[in-house]
Amino acid sequence: MIDIRLHGRGGQGVMTSSYLIAEAALLEDKFVHAFPTFGPERSGAPIAAFARISDEKFYVKTEVYEPDIVVVQDPSLLSQIDVTKGLQEGGIILINTDDPNKDTVRNIKEKRPDAKIYTVNASLIAKEEIGLSVTNTAILGALCKITENAIIELKMLEKAIQTRFKGKGAIAEKNIRAINRSYTEVKK
Amino acid sequence: MSRIAVTGDDAIAQAAKIVNPDVVAAYPITPQTIIVERFSDFVADGEVDTEFVCVESEHSAMSACIGASTAGGRVFTSSASAGIMLMFEILQIASSSRTPIVMAVANRAISGPINIHGEQTDQLLFRDSGWISIFAETNQEAYDSTIMAFKIGEHSDVLLPVAVGIDGFILSHAIEGIEPTDREFVFEFLGGERKAALRLDPDNPVSVGLLHLQDYYMEARAQVRDAQQRAKQVIIDTYKEWKELKGREYHPVEGYMIEDADYAFVTMGSGAGNARTAVDELRAKGEKVGLIKIRVYRPWFGKEFSQLTKNLKGVISVERAHSFGSPGGILGQDVKSTLFDSKQTPCIAEYCYGLGGRDCLVKEWSEMYDRSKKSFMEGKNLPYFWWGVRV
Repeated sequence: MIDIRLHGRGGQGVMTSSYLIAEAALLEDKFVHAFPTFGPERSGAPIAAFARISDEKFYVKTEVYEPDIVVVQDPSLLSQIDVTKGLQEGGIILINTDDPNKDTVRNIKEKRPDAKIYTVNASLIAKEEIGLSVTNTAILGALCKITENAIIELKMLEKAIQTRFKGKGAIAEKNIRAINRSYTEVKK
Repeated sequence: MSRIAVTGDDAIAQAAKIVNPDVVAAYPITPQTIIVERFSDFVADGEVDTEFVCVESEHSAMSACIGASTAGGRVFTSSASAGIMLMFEILQIASSSRTPIVMAVANRAISGPINIHGEQTDQLLFRDSGWISIFAETNQEAYDSTIMAFKIGEHSDVLLPVAVGIDGFILSHAIEGIEPTDREFVFEFLGGERKAALRLDPDNPVSVGLLHLQDYYMEARAQVRDAQQRAKQVIIDTYKEWKELKGREYHPVEGYMIEDADYAFVTMGSGAGNARTAVDELRAKGEKVGLIKIRVYRPWFGKEFSQLTKNLKGVISVERAHSFGSPGGILGQDVKSTLFDSKQTPCIAEYCYGLGGRDCLVKEWSEMYDRSKKSFMEGKNLPYFWWGVRV
């Protein structure tokens, strides 16, 4: 079972990210449980969402406290909350940032030398491809890449996006372009 | 059929959609869920034939449901927490008027202090009202239970309203994969449209909801009492039929790893998933522990329950609900009285946990087990305990 925790701010679609992960995994007939921090969202407040993915049926229904993977959608959170909290030894952290050498990112690297840390400029990709700097879908292409499509496949993510944004004009297409760019542009 | 990704709310809305009720009456009180919001989309998009009555309060929502059901309609609504409190008076009228309304309840804490998170006290507070009361552990269960609720409630032996509970946020806002079914199947499963033998019909006038004083009140209440008891066989038969048609097996009271168990958790709703995971972990360490999940809380399946407890040395009753000043939990009182009635004398520990949505990790379930077992091995019961409360 893989436990994923996503960090963002209320209004940035963090919940949608976790739902998309689950929807894509389900297309491969995996077992999923995905949900936001149990509570009402407040715009701009730090929030988390979770996704549990497994090839086997599972029953646990708690929030995720010891994630295998952490995804940070809003770089300004790095200096405000401890995104590494509970991360498994050797776990993965994927950060949206315009500069992998920023102090905030370097601090994470120093704090968790065991972790595999990846960065992608999801904000820029989202702005250029979608026209909004909402990174909730854009960053997920990078997630597929760094986990070698083993948790969710890029192709399945594309399908999940098509389903979720069906009937909403070019939005699905734009998001698919964004995930493909983050898939290729993510760096260690 | 392949599985689809839906939240618990969505699962119930989708189930209601294929049931295609005649009337849905609801009010978006805080905290409502997206169940009726989604359903109103189905109405607007012409995907259901339902008349959606957007009333001015939950009190009115249940009143409108009773009116529609009394006219012979198939009726659905949903509510939660404060909404249940506001419709409380009318919940009693629904059962005494013998209206088989189906209501989804996103189980959420009641004020105060203000809180909208997962807790089952809202649904347990109307345990004495004559409603059939069911709790789901998963979104699939929520979906299947919603469809089956119509069949159970509308059965001529029953004619009672049915509540299907899903833990707020933990199920209501969480995505899981569910295997959906279709409208043709459901239509046939429910025997076509609702056939109400007795309904408000200008050609055959009847009166419903009249004054019953010292002369008839007790008899009217006794009829509800008897209908609750008759509902047991209907529930068992409905689950059996569902298994034959859909392959998914349900029981009103369900044992897990119970055959050779010395000790067992008893719980309801999504917490059963965490309890089951804890049982698996404890079993891996050689502990002889099991789980009894209460799916149907009212009517209470005492005989089936005591079959599962008969070889136990200790029972650990754990509930996401509370009753101030009581001799234990709400579920705990049913557990204890059933053990007493069946002359079984295992040790007992009772826990209240997770009020207001407070999470309870799998390792905490294991800690509850360790704490209880220690006492049981000394032959002692544990006093009712609120898990995880800071002092």
